[in-house]
Amino acid sequence: MKREKTHIIPPAERASPDLSSGKYLVMWQGPQHPGITGNMSLRLVAEGDTVVDCETHVGYLHRGFEKLMERRLWMQNFPLVCRIAVPEPDFNEYCYAAAIEELAGIQIPEKAVWLRTLSLEMMRLASFLMWIGGQAGAFGHGTIIQWSVTMRDYVLDLFEELTGGRIYHMYIIPGGVRSDVPKGFLRHVLEVLNVVEKNLDDIELVMFHNAIFKLRAEGLGYIPKEWIDQYGITGPNARAAGVARDLRKDWGYLAYPKLDFEIILGTKSDAYERSRLRLLEMYQCINLLRQIIDAMPKEGSFKEKLPNPLHWKIPAGETYVAAECTRGEYGFYVVSDGSDKPRRVTVRGPSYTHAVSVMERLARGTNIADIAGLMVSLHTYPPEIER
Amino acid sequence: MNTTASALAERYGARNWHDQRPDLASVVLDPSRLRDALAWLRDFGGYKHLSFATAIDNIERNAFTLTYTLRNHEKGHSLIVHCDIDRGHPVMESIHLLWEQAWTYQREMREWFGIDFPGSPRVDEEFVLEGWEGPPMMRRDFDSLEYSNAIYAERPGRETRDPASYMKEKLYPEVAG
Repeated sequence: MKREKTHIIPPAERASPDLSSGKYLVMWQGPQHPGITGNMSLRLVAEGDTVVDCETHVGYLHRGFEKLMERRLWMQNFPLVCRIAVPEPDFNEYCYAAAIEELAGIQIPEKAVWLRTLSLEMMRLASFLMWIGGQAGAFGHGTIIQWSVTMRDYVLDLFEELTGGRIYHMYIIPGGVRSDVPKGFLRHVLEVLNVVEKNLDDIELVMFHNAIFKLRAEGLGYIPKEWIDQYGITGPNARAAGVARDLRKDWGYLAYPKLDFEIILGTKSDAYERSRLRLLEMYQCINLLRQIIDAMPKEGSFKEKLPNPLHWKIPAGETYVAAECTRGEYGFYVVSDGSDKPRRVTVRGPSYTHAVSVMERLARGTNIADIAGLMVSLHTYPPEIER
Repeated sequence: MNTTASALAERYGARNWHDQRPDLASVVLDPSRLRDALAWLRDFGGYKHLSFATAIDNIERNAFTLTYTLRNHEKGHSLIVHCDIDRGHPVMESIHLLWEQAWTYQREMREWFGIDFPGSPRVDEEFVLEGWEGPPMMRRDFDSLEYSNAIYAERPGRETRDPASYMKEKLYPEVAG
């Protein structure tokens, strides 16, 4: 028997549009749309140009990663995990590798700790550079994305030099990292950071002092502070509401406890504030990368010697390892039954709540033209929902 | 045993508290006490943040193990709460009134494992598997290869290999040999 459809939004607050009245327009934004962050779609019900109801639909990029991982050896899953989040695959590599290491009792060398931190911060910068182009583009500002994608390409060049791959790196593996830094690499990183920093100054002037961007982004998608725990909001979306949460500080993983940085906070919690906060975090990221290059050991092993990975059997147990990615808490829950394959792996991506529950709530009352800007301001990425 | 563990044990019959790391522990609850225990953890234990919820198919003992991971940001501690339900009659009380995003996890578990959460918003709607008519795909007894072979036509000219043996042959010939 088909049950009656129920909704999360309380009946008193939820619009109940009579679609046969002719007053409303039902429209789909996505799955292929310039204002959609990846392959997802929004079913919008609009009255005039105001959205009165929104439903997020995902699944267009479901690849069954979690099922596949149960059928493959622990090591064979590395080409899978990095593909769960294209803009920042390294966080997947780190969480999965760290979970295996924890269950197997593997300690990694000090140099590998710093190289992992370097890789994650480079990834953060590349991901933010892609985001800022999308954020500006969602409000009709096409120049920024040309600049920021160029800057991102410089960072991807660095990844190519370090790992051999531009998008998917498979650099972080159990026991450490796959290789040491090539000769001259750290100098190249510093050169690129100088160029990116100069470009960020330009972006700050052109985008954040632009009257149209300010008019459209200020007040858009306000997230009250009390929603942060109710909805499980993390990352810059929480910090823009003044909630000081950053796993780099809270969990103190890798080399972050040895780095000098403060959690950047906002107060206004709207699309403009979230964007401004991410810009500041990009500057912070550049600063962290310079600190890492200064402080990392120049000598030493980058990888613990481990037995043949095709024969690994990870001791039975479970763990949850999380890292602060650009969008918030990114985690891997891993269960081993003592065999040569994972028993269960589940991925906790921040978009799970940001793109579904939070987006559906914030979209109501928003102008159709601002939906794309709202979504990008939440920095969502659907494949980490679908896995 | 810490105060949270003893309070959970005393109030809700929690058992098997296990400290995985200084900042991560797990505990087991009965399904009938789970919702109340999660509400207590949220309101009085400081575990206000629901990181995620998922299920594990323990087919060997005919159970689904539901897994709720909570975070106490003030103490910097995460708690994994487990709860076994009967695999033959997989129904669990919904927690969508405790956390606003919980309904999405429940909708996923409904689609992927066939676990029902009566009253959970949009729980019967398709989540990621549009038009799916097969059994819940994350169950251990669902063989994805067998399903694909039965449903989808083979594309001519395509070579298929077992990934494990192919990797051994190409990358580690000394092991394959």
